[in-house]
Amino acid sequence: MSDNNRLGVFKTYKLYVGGKFPRSESGRVYEVTTKTSAAGTAGKGQWLANAPQSSRKDARDAVVAARKAFGGWSGATAYNRGQVLYRVAEMLEGRKEQFVREVAASEGLSKSKAAAAVDAAIDRWVWYAGWTDKIGQIAGGANPVAGPFFNLSTPEPTGVVAVLAPQKSSFLGLVSVIAPVIATGNTAVVIASADAPLPALSLGEVLATSDVPGGVVNILSGVTAEIAAPLAAHQDVNAIDLTGADAELAKELEIAAADNLKRVLRPQPVDTDGASDSEDWLASPGTHRLTAFLETKTVWHPTGALGAAGSSY
Amino acid sequence: MPTTAPAFADATASDSALRRFLFGLPGVDAVGLEARAASLGTRSIKTTAKAYAIDLAISMIDLTTLEGADTPGKVRALAAKAVNPDPTDRTTPRTAAVCVYPDMASTAAAAVAGSGVKVASVATAFPAGRAALDVKLADVRDAVAAGADEIDMVIDRGAFLSGRFLKVYEEILAVKAECGPARLKVIFETGELSTYDNIRRASWIGMLAGADFIKTSTGKVATNATPANTLLMLEAVRDFRAATGVQIGVKPAGGIRTTKDAVKFLVLVNETAGEDWLDPHWFRFGASSLLNDLLMQRQKLSTGRYSGPDYVTVD
Amino acid sequence: MASAFEYAPAPESRSVVDIAPSYGLFIDGEFTEAADGKVFKTVSPSSEEVLSEVAQAGTADVDRAVKAARKAFEKWSALPGSERAKYLFRIARIIQERSRELAVLETLDNGKPIKETRDADLPLVAAHFFYYAGWADKLDHAGYGANPRPLGVAGQVIPWNFPLLMLAWKIAPALATGNTVVLKPAETTPLSALFFADICRQAGLPKGVVNILTGYGDAGEALVTHPDVNKVAFTGSTAVGKAIARSVAGTDKKVTLELGGKGANIVFDDAPIDQAVEGIVTGIFFNQGQVCCAGSRLLVQESVQDEVLDALKRRLSTLRLGDPLDKNTDIGAINSAEQLARITSLVETGEAEGAERWSAPCELPSSGYWFAPTLFTNVTQAHTVARDEIFGPVLSVLSFRTPDEAVAKANNSQYGLSAGIWTEKGSRILAVANKLRAGVVWANTFNKFDPTSPFGGYKESGFGREGGRHGLEAYLDVR
Repeated sequence: MSDNNRLGVFKTYKLYVGGKFPRSESGRVYEVTTKTSAAGTAGKGQWLANAPQSSRKDARDAVVAARKAFGGWSGATAYNRGQVLYRVAEMLEGRKEQFVREVAASEGLSKSKAAAAVDAAIDRWVWYAGWTDKIGQIAGGANPVAGPFFNLSTPEPTGVVAVLAPQKSSFLGLVSVIAPVIATGNTAVVIASADAPLPALSLGEVLATSDVPGGVVNILSGVTAEIAAPLAAHQDVNAIDLTGADAELAKELEIAAADNLKRVLRPQPVDTDGASDSEDWLASPGTHRLTAFLETKTVWHPTGALGAAGSSY
Repeated sequence: MPTTAPAFADATASDSALRRFLFGLPGVDAVGLEARAASLGTRSIKTTAKAYAIDLAISMIDLTTLEGADTPGKVRALAAKAVNPDPTDRTTPRTAAVCVYPDMASTAAAAVAGSGVKVASVATAFPAGRAALDVKLADVRDAVAAGADEIDMVIDRGAFLSGRFLKVYEEILAVKAECGPARLKVIFETGELSTYDNIRRASWIGMLAGADFIKTSTGKVATNATPANTLLMLEAVRDFRAATGVQIGVKPAGGIRTTKDAVKFLVLVNETAGEDWLDPHWFRFGASSLLNDLLMQRQKLSTGRYSGPDYVTVD
Repeated sequence: MASAFEYAPAPESRSVVDIAPSYGLFIDGEFTEAADGKVFKTVSPSSEEVLSEVAQAGTADVDRAVKAARKAFEKWSALPGSERAKYLFRIARIIQERSRELAVLETLDNGKPIKETRDADLPLVAAHFFYYAGWADKLDHAGYGANPRPLGVAGQVIPWNFPLLMLAWKIAPALATGNTVVLKPAETTPLSALFFADICRQAGLPKGVVNILTGYGDAGEALVTHPDVNKVAFTGSTAVGKAIARSVAGTDKKVTLELGGKGANIVFDDAPIDQAVEGIVTGIFFNQGQVCCAGSRLLVQESVQDEVLDALKRRLSTLRLGDPLDKNTDIGAINSAEQLARITSLVETGEAEGAERWSAPCELPSSGYWFAPTLFTNVTQAHTVARDEIFGPVLSVLSFRTPDEAVAKANNSQYGLSAGIWTEKGSRILAVANKLRAGVVWANTFNKFDPTSPFGGYKESGFGREGGRHGLEAYLDVR
């Protein structure tokens, strides 16, 4: 790349689990290549890197890390979580070029289109940073029950969320599914796009230096169905976002998820080429990805009267 | 000193009377208590005040070793350190006491003899306190006989948490009777009592039963002395003296490792119980590694350079 | 150990802030002199030292600033919310970065202790910008209909008790919703607003979106009565608030007023007493009692009155009054000679009317404006000190026998801004809160603020709410 003949140093892409960067416990990797311009053809792109191929055990370890992080993260103030998410945007801004390069190579985009996707991804962190201390004001509130009771509903995070990141939009799509999950205090186990995992694995490096506590986001690369199956069946996972699954896999995983009644966010309707992530990731997101992983807790408390019967109030 | 302060004689007349008394104490709002402790923690103690606080803190330490692996050699080394904390600076005050297990009390007593450093011995089946009363009393007798000037007992947390407050009270009374001239420190194990309301109630049981000191913890559980639980206990001894005229000491123990921590506790004492408690007779730190940090800070104040762990003695 | 634990002086460094000898008005992104060249001095209330000389805005300057804001409004309001958000996030971050400098500045200009500017004012200021930054691109979700529109130019007049915090309360929601602003800080505390103008420049905020006019009441009056101002936001005295309410009659201007108070802090016999005492102290001695929502009336149940008062006096005796820059100072200076005179006069009235005065034993510095923490006992509803807002470190203590009586006395005031309830009984908290005619009710705490939480008064304490989702409404066209 450089003008002189210096040999570049390759990066070993690693998983991001519990705030650390392990290789897959399986010891396996798979080849990640550039996306060729003729999308969907059999032509193989240029080699980019060997990505770790995560196993069931990596998935299990990630769930343990996510569960361990849940208490602290969900217990942090909404303000604090907002500050942390905004910090991610700040850190990404400084590493924009790296992500533009990785996104362009991974998705076969022009530099300008890749840059637009990365810009939007940074702004998406800002959008969700602003939601941390507002979603409760939108999704919760006092209820005027017919009786002498104070009654307040408050949204709370559901727990550990398994996230199948979109297969096509390797970075903007990825950020768009991770940020809303953790904004409300959930912790996440994320399966990166199978064919384009590099931006996701690099995001782990950004999260690790952005005040996001270890274990809040855990990122795995590999064959989506292989990793998703144990997560969908895992009894200590509370919810699953199926965005990155095709219709058949999504149904299979939803059946498995029913075993402990995981909250399920189904993939958006499929487009004509049968790929699952036809969502327009550039469009302004609503709140559904926030509310999908919230529980509502309602507290009752008597208000009573000031004094015994006959009180002037 | 009367075994029960006359002002509250009725409170311990029966289990139900004691329960009514304890539940009649004002509640403790946890958020407010912790906010007050944190706010006092922001006091900025500099220069002359810091020098004063460091020497005072050193003089208040119950230098402690409470390990299964304790040996006479270890205890003698600890005692030597208590008597002469900084061999390079003889102006350094000695610590208040050494604190050991009962079987080490005689070794400790011999090692500190004539120095003014007291021997404190834990007793009553420390740290769990799970033994029959006569075993606990025998433990106390042994320690006193071995030369302990002070006894650090543990309360029966099981009895407390199951609501048998009078049992807790009577056990302290019995231990106190066994202490003779030795001063009695009553350990609540605040981490196991769990709530601030419980810590306030335990403080009053201890004070009513004739404790000379009330002490937070054994140092053997996850949560030991904190600014908040110590502040709460300082409020208790303050209120007890206002009601009875009897002054009782406070000893936070476990988890206080730095000069900064120790100074924060002294600020709590100063602004809660008041300066009458700023004396090793009325306030102690149960600690071990704290001493070396105080010594390094003391060296920093006198030399202007930051000290390092190689310039204080390791015991 | 014979000697007591005397805290050595621990002064915050004054050199972290660089105050220029003079400042201009901030109009259309530039610092400029007043049209008529007038200036006034701002002094440090703890020493009476002149800190700087600032331009004194007149009618012509007000007109110029409103024109600049009007011109900027078109583009600013048309920006995507996400872009406005990023400007506000930048401002929030720069405030965080410069918070030590701003804290020292605020302490110098206002007289309040560095402990408070450092631990309360500045963190809240940054948090307020963060919070409203997040709303800028979420207005569709705020419950005011789809795509709610800004009002236009906001004329904002703020007091001297929390100069930068009141600025944040005014400017953050105004900008988030797409309005542009002309803000007039109080004449005794102009400096932090001028530093804020510099922060706007660092953040790259477009010219004219924020304009700062330093000056006196006449400038404030010219601003709120200016025909091209669409929104008036005022925090200050009830008397001025009423004058503003009259002046906007017959116009389309939207108004929010945050005025005086005489907050009742109600302590029941089952209160957590030690924490209640702290709450009483925070309630009336935070910021030298110069707080509109101060708990200036203590209503204590007769059965615990002596216990509470003894504890309170003991606690007040530990308060440290003195150099506001000392990190251990609890009580700083009164903001101005004028305010000190008002406090002194009301306290004299209290004594003349027969209330019993007790003041904490503390030495007052020889220069500057100071008043020792003071409480009045044997106060009845008829006493002036029980009815008039003193806006100083003076607590009036009244007693009550039943919850009914506590509520009746608490509500027996022209004001209705804040109240406190101290009891460990949850249903009593909720029942009493339900009956109180006050915009903010704190239970087992006092003087807590958060950007997410709406604030504002009932009755003559003003109308409209600042903070929280509710705070957006004041700056949106929701008709």
